[in-house]
Order: sequence, then structure tokens, then C-alpha cells
Amino acid sequence: MYLLAHQLGFRALNEKIRGTSEDVVIEECYGERFIGAGATGRTITINGTPGNALGAYLDGATIVVNGNAQDAVGDTMNDGKIIIHGNAGDALGYAMRGGKILVKGNAGYRTGIHMKEYQDKKPVIVVGGYVGSFLGEYLAGGLIIVLGLNTEECPVGNFTGTGMHGGEIFIRTQKMPKNLPKQVCHSPAEEADMDRIRDILSEFSETFNIGMDEILGKPFHRLTPNAKNPYKQLYTNN
Amino acid sequence: MGVQYIYPEYEIVRNQERCIVCRVCERQCANEAHEYLKDSNKMVSDDAKCVNCHRCVALCPTRALKIVKSPHTFKENSNWSGKAINEIYKQAESGGVLLSSMGNPENYPVYFDKILLNASQVTNPSIDPLREPMETRVFLGAKPEKIERDEKGRLIRNLPPQIQLSMPIMFSAMSYGSISYNAHESLARAAAELGILYNTGEGGLHEDFYKYGKHTIVQVASGRFGVHKAYLNSGAAIEIKMGQGAKPGIGGHLPGEKIGRDISRTRMIPEGTDAISPAPHHDIYSIEDLRQLVYSLKEATNYEKPVIVKIAAVHNVAAIASGIARSGADMIAIDGFRGGTGAAPTRIRDHVGLPIELALASVDKRLRDEGIRNRVSIIVGGSIRSSADVVKAVALGADAVYIGTAALIALGCHLCRSCHTGKCNWGIATQREDLVKRLNPNIGYKRLVNLLTAWQHEIKEMMGGMGINSIEALKGNRLMLRGVGLNEKELEILGIKHAGE
Ligand code: SF4
Ligand code: SF4
Repeated sequence: MYLLAHQLGFRALNEKIRGTSEDVVIEECYGERFIGAGATGRTITINGTPGNALGAYLDGATIVVNGNAQDAVGDTMNDGKIIIHGNAGDALGYAMRGGKILVKGNAGYRTGIHMKEYQDKKPVIVVGGYVGSFLGEYLAGGLIIVLGLNTEECPVGNFTGTGMHGGEIFIRTQKMPKNLPKQVCHSPAEEADMDRIRDILSEFSETFNIGMDEILGKPFHRLTPNAKNPYKQLYTNN
Repeated sequence: MGVQYIYPEYEIVRNQERCIVCRVCERQCANEAHEYLKDSNKMVSDDAKCVNCHRCVALCPTRALKIVKSPHTFKENSNWSGKAINEIYKQAESGGVLLSSMGNPENYPVYFDKILLNASQVTNPSIDPLREPMETRVFLGAKPEKIERDEKGRLIRNLPPQIQLSMPIMFSAMSYGSISYNAHESLARAAAELGILYNTGEGGLHEDFYKYGKHTIVQVASGRFGVHKAYLNSGAAIEIKMGQGAKPGIGGHLPGEKIGRDISRTRMIPEGTDAISPAPHHDIYSIEDLRQLVYSLKEATNYEKPVIVKIAAVHNVAAIASGIARSGADMIAIDGFRGGTGAAPTRIRDHVGLPIELALASVDKRLRDEGIRNRVSIIVGGSIRSSADVVKAVALGADAVYIGTAALIALGCHLCRSCHTGKCNWGIATQREDLVKRLNPNIGYKRLVNLLTAWQHEIKEMMGGMGINSIEALKGNRLMLRGVGLNEKELEILGIKHAGE
């Protein structure tokens, strides 16, 4: 099904998407919001720039964006896949619980905050470029990889992983991130760690046609929480 | 042992003549305050462990027990109360943040107790609810600006989704985790039987309770625990939790040790990890951002579910509510500073927020002044203690109220304010299996049904006395209210006259 986003406006557009179980191709997308909210098993291709909250609560569908995406992509996503052939805005993958988000370019502030994993669900975000500050804040589970393919600097901003209490973050960089909070341990990724992420890296490589040699051309650092219970502040019964 | 600075607040008084040494108290007390001495075949108790929950008192077969406030006292001092001194001892000892539960117990004015209701005499006959129909049903949700008709003059159905309640009362958000499975079951079944709604709180929904969906409000908080598409679609309405009256500006934190198997499944997080709900939603820094969450929830549920935004009553509540009313939300829930909680830092609970009566009156006025009152229903909680409070709240402009603490008291809670210890002897605020078992949901739900059936009757009687036969005619009807002992400013904010005027 072909849909012209701009003509329809976001409500009618999303209603049409909900009304079909076919694959959907959306043209002339100029910031229409909430595309694919809660969508299940099919592919939604967007040529243009979808608005905020793309694929919120996504539940199994695949969304491909040929362009940039805006804020809150994949908010509370449960399952499925979002591929962005451009940049993404702030709060990418907020509280996401499952599925994958692959971004070719950069992502904004607060990427992957409050992500969590549960049973066989393990959310994954891979960003090809750099991300803003507060990456993986309150991270409770899942995997975030930032590749920084377009920069010589460390590809993350300040305060990565504040309040992190689960999951892991890989950063491809020669320089360590600044201002790492004390809840975060970091170490160079070991061979075994790299083995665990090799599949997802090759998926990224194939999706965006970027050579594995290039991706593996720099060392990776691995960030993990140093406690499952970071806020175990000492309380006194009163 | 070092010096004991703190003398116990309560004394467990046992009438040894009545005590038959059955050891019930010993078994019933999760705080282990009672002990059996074999050698002397006697029961003894440790006052320091008592939280004054009355479990042993209620179960002692011979009424041998009572708990009294200890007469032990500090030298009298109007500034340094015993409480203030003891709190310093506790913090000096531990270096810890004082943690409390249930609602603010401090001596702030309770405006509901300073408002009196009207009744008809002579000129406007009162109505007898026993012989005339009285309407306590309410519909919550946004109401359209105007009636629209198509070219043939037929009514265009432009009514946004509503929820229907048999009376203007719902059970407020209490998560599975903060309260027990049996407490949740009691609330869910009571809501279904009464034709009202209960609220999951932010801990997700246990699979056993999906069948009560039509009577469920599902909550979405900053941690998004247990939030997925089926959950969102399972309830009658969705509530976005921005704040809570007992701890405005503070997030939630269920410690890892309370995340057992079942809780982990409903929250959808691994066992043993902390469940952290950050104080702010880090994707909401403005009304525009809030609008985005409201609409993403509506999109995910095909615009079939009304969305509630719950906030704590804080100083700027009227302006915030105005923003929420413009965000596309269908209802605003405002939680007053006396609202209960399973755990909150004492200082926050006791010193932050606003009385709900003032918050409600000012929000209702502000929305009316701005001509947007129809866009949202107003739900208030924190704390509604009786049917009289309900009637006063409705007359001050509320569409419905939330009750939390009152519902727990119906289930047996004795307001010992120790929920945060997880050892609730009444089986409510605990996950310990042996304690949870003490709350029988078959009895619990019935007690809740009894309570609200009684309240509904009382509401009808009070309305009838005023010559009013429907909640709609009571709503915002401030002429039915008069203040006693309130100053001009308080009367102005409440929008009511003084008694005698
Ligand atoms: S429950 Fe009452 S009678 Fe039984 S041991 Fe305790 S105080 Fe004595
Ligand atoms: S719920 Fe239980 S622990 Fe909490 S105040 Fe009531 S009786 Fe005490």
C-alpha cells in the first residue's frame, strides 16, 4: 500500500496503516508523528522524514526510514526492527524492551535511556555516527553500540550511563568518554565480548553497506554497571 | 551494645491473667515483637520492635493485649518535639535518609473538615433517596465543545471515549509490588462488582487480572514497567503518572530484593534488579512533550482509550493543569499532599505539596476561566476519607475521586505506616507469602464492596438533603458549601462563602 503522508496528515495516515496488514510505503513524509505506533509484523518503508515517536510501542513490525528521523524513535518498543538511513533525534529507544534499532548516522541526547531486558527479550541499538550526552542513562538491560564511523573524537557526549544498573554499552573509539559516572565500569572490549556483538555488527554492515573492516578498524570499549542496585541509598526507618 | 538513644514509642501491654500462652501473637507478628519463654512458660515482648499495627491485638483470643503510647517523655519543649529529637538520633546513628510510608500525618489544616454542606428546608424540598431515583453515575472524559450536525440534521457522534462509573469513586494507583497479589485481586473484583475502576499503578498487570480489563486503568510511568501493546489495550483507560501526592518531584524505586518471580514478570524486568522510575520522564520536559506521549498512547490504542495525566498537587497546579488540559489528555488526576505511598522520604512526604481541596478548587476555577473545563474531567485523591469528603470534592468541582488509603483500611490496614518494611502483618503491603495469605480476597473484595455501597447510600442521602438528584447537578455547585473558621483568602481560593453568609 502506498500512502502520501503529507496529504493525509498524521491521524489519517496512521489510521490507514492500522487498517491494513500489508506492507506499507510512505512517500512525502514531512514530520508526521507516531507512524507505526504499536505495529506488528510487516514492513513500513518511509521515504522522507517521519516525526516524533516513530514506532512507539512497536510490536514486531519492521520500519525502514530513507531519511532522518526525529525524537523518541522506538519509545517503549517491545519487538521488531527500525532502520534509519540517516540521523535520529533525542531519546532514541526510550525504555525499549526488545527489538533492534539501527541508525546509520548520528543520534541525539538521551539515547537508549532506561532500556531494559526481560527473559528472552534483549533490546539492541546501534548508532553508526556519534550520540549526544546522557547515553544509556538508567540502563537496566540490553545492548547499545556507538560506532563513531564519522568522527575521530570519542563519539559520545557527557555523563554516559548515569544510573546504569544493567546491560552493556560498546563504544568504538580511541579516546575514552569524558565524565563517566561512578556507577559505570569500563574496560577495553575483549575477544569474547567482540564475539558476542559480531552478528549485530555484520547486520549493521550489510544493512548500510559499510565494510566490516572499517567497523572493526578501531578498538571498542565496553561499559558495564558496577552494581545491580545503584540507588541502594542508606535509608532509615521512620 | 552501644547506648540506646531511642526509647520505644509504644508499649505492648499484656494482661498476664488473661494470657493463655497460645502463642498466636508470636506467630502473627512479622516484626517478631513477641517471644515465648520456655522456662517460665510465659510470653514476653520487645516494645522496640512493635510498629503498632494491631495484628496481635486483633487476633489474641482472650483480649489480653493492647498497645499504648509510651508515657515516657522528653522534657517538655514546644520547639523540640520528641519526634524531632528522635529523628535526629536516627540519622546520627545511621546516616540514612528517613523513610516513611502512607500519607502525611502532620498537623496541617484539613479543609474538608472546615467545609459544611447545605440542606433544603421549606422552600426547596429535599428528596428521599429511598423513594425517588438518584443518579450517582458519572461519565469521565473530554466533552465536545458543541453539538454538531451533518447536512441532514443528524447528530454527528463527536464524543471522545468515556469511562462510565456507577458512582464518582475509583481505586487509586497502587502497584503490584507495593501491595500484594491478594490486595490487587480484592480491588479488581470489587471494582468489577461495583461498576467502577481500579488502577494498576506503575508495576504492570498480572496476567490473572486481564479479565478485569473493563474495570482497569493501566498506568504508564517514567520507568514504563510492564508497558506493552496488550497491556495498553487491556484497560478501560490509560493513566500517565507524572507525579504522586505523597512524593511530588520524587521518582519510584522498588528495591531489587522485592522483585521476586511474579513481580518480575508483571514489571517485565529480571528478578532482583532495582525497578527505578526516575523522578521526571526524561522524554517529557514540556507540555508539548507530554502531548506527544498522550498521542502516542492514543495512536497505539486506536483512540479508543481516554488518557489520564496524574500529577501531584504542587504550588503551580492550576497553570500545570491548564497545560495538561491543552495537551490532549482526557482527564487530569490531582493527588493531594496527604496521599498515601508504599515508601517515601519522610521530609518529602511531610513538607512538599498542597492540600487537595485548595488544588482542586483552583484548578477547576482556572479551567473554567479559560473556557476549557469541558476538555478534561478532574479526578482528585489524597486524601478522601468518607462519603462526605466525596460530596465536598464534587461540589468543589471534581468529576470523581480516587481512594487509596481508605480502600486499604477497608482491607484491614491499621495505618501503622510501615509499608516500606515489606512486613505488613495484614497481608497488604507485602510480598511475603505467609503474610499475603492473611488477606483473603474473597473477604477483602466484599469489604470493599460494602464500604462503597455504604458510601453511595450516604452520597444519595446528602444529595437528597440538598434537593439534588444527580451528581451532575452537584458538580462544582459551591453554593452547597460553606466554610467554618477559614480566612478570606482561603474562602476565596475555595470559591465558597463563610458559614452564616
Ligand atoms: S495471643 Fe494473646 S493469649 Fe495468645 S499468647 Fe499472645 S497475648 Fe497470650
Ligand atoms: S498497609 Fe500494612 S504496613 Fe502499610 S500501613 Fe497498612 S497495615 Fe501498616
